[in-house]
Amino acid sequence: MIEGISIYEILTLTSILFFIGVYGFITRKNLISILISVELVLNASVVNFVVINKYLYPDMLQGVFFSIFIIAVAAAETALAVSIIINLYRQITSVEVKDIETMKY
Amino acid sequence: MERYIFYIVALIMIVSAIASVSSRKMLRSVIYLLFVLAGIAGIFFLIDYNFLAAVQLTVYAGGIIVLIIFSVLLVHHIEMKLEVEKTSKRLVTAIACLIGIGVFVSTIYSYDFKVTDISTTTTTEDIGLGLLSYEAGGFILPFEVISVLLLAAIIGAIVIAKGKKLESNNEETI
Repeated sequence: MIEGISIYEILTLTSILFFIGVYGFITRKNLISILISVELVLNASVVNFVVINKYLYPDMLQGVFFSIFIIAVAAAETALAVSIIINLYRQITSVEVKDIETMKY
Repeated sequence: MERYIFYIVALIMIVSAIASVSSRKMLRSVIYLLFVLAGIAGIFFLIDYNFLAAVQLTVYAGGIIVLIIFSVLLVHHIEMKLEVEKTSKRLVTAIACLIGIGVFVSTIYSYDFKVTDISTTTTTEDIGLGLLSYEAGGFILPFEVISVLLLAAIIGAIVIAKGKKLESNNEETI
């Protein structure tokens, strides 16, 4: 644990990061920007897992394993999203959310 | 000392996160995201999880950021400015997010966490043994499932990004 820093301060920091990500997810109109916001949300949850593991149960490792799995899933998700975005740009030459209607049906 | 380092890292992370969701230039917002991810790796170093910090730096700062930068360069002009949402909608969203932060923080501060004083250093060997153990509490099954998931994601990304089949179908329908 960090000297002089309580668990409350770190949890406050991660909840602020989480809501900044939610704000970007709602207000942005571009697919890549939405992807960046999702990364912010995922990272806030990873820090939460690790910090709760370290401060409350330092002899267990479950939080570390879960955060490794979250990082792996996030990497897979980003690779798939980037390939979908590039394919969409080839077909309709735009990555704005309002132009994307081909995936609706 | 560590206390001040944490405050500095936290300030850098929050400022760059806000800049990352509000910057109107695409490439800059990706670089601000890089600062946030490096700050999270710094927090992992501070709470003594060196392996996780290394994973965070290599996978996120080394892999995902480069991937996003490539996709930005492939689909955008660098000087192009992003559209912004209407001010009223941004304001409503910001107020809703502030209320959400208030609810979260008040819930966190009203709960009494039973913090222990024991501090053990986790070695990479412990993490590897825990991941590969098949006894109760071991993580061998999710470990294998995640490897299958990564393989499926690799193949899916290649097939989707190639996209030849879709194009030929479109030509036929036209």
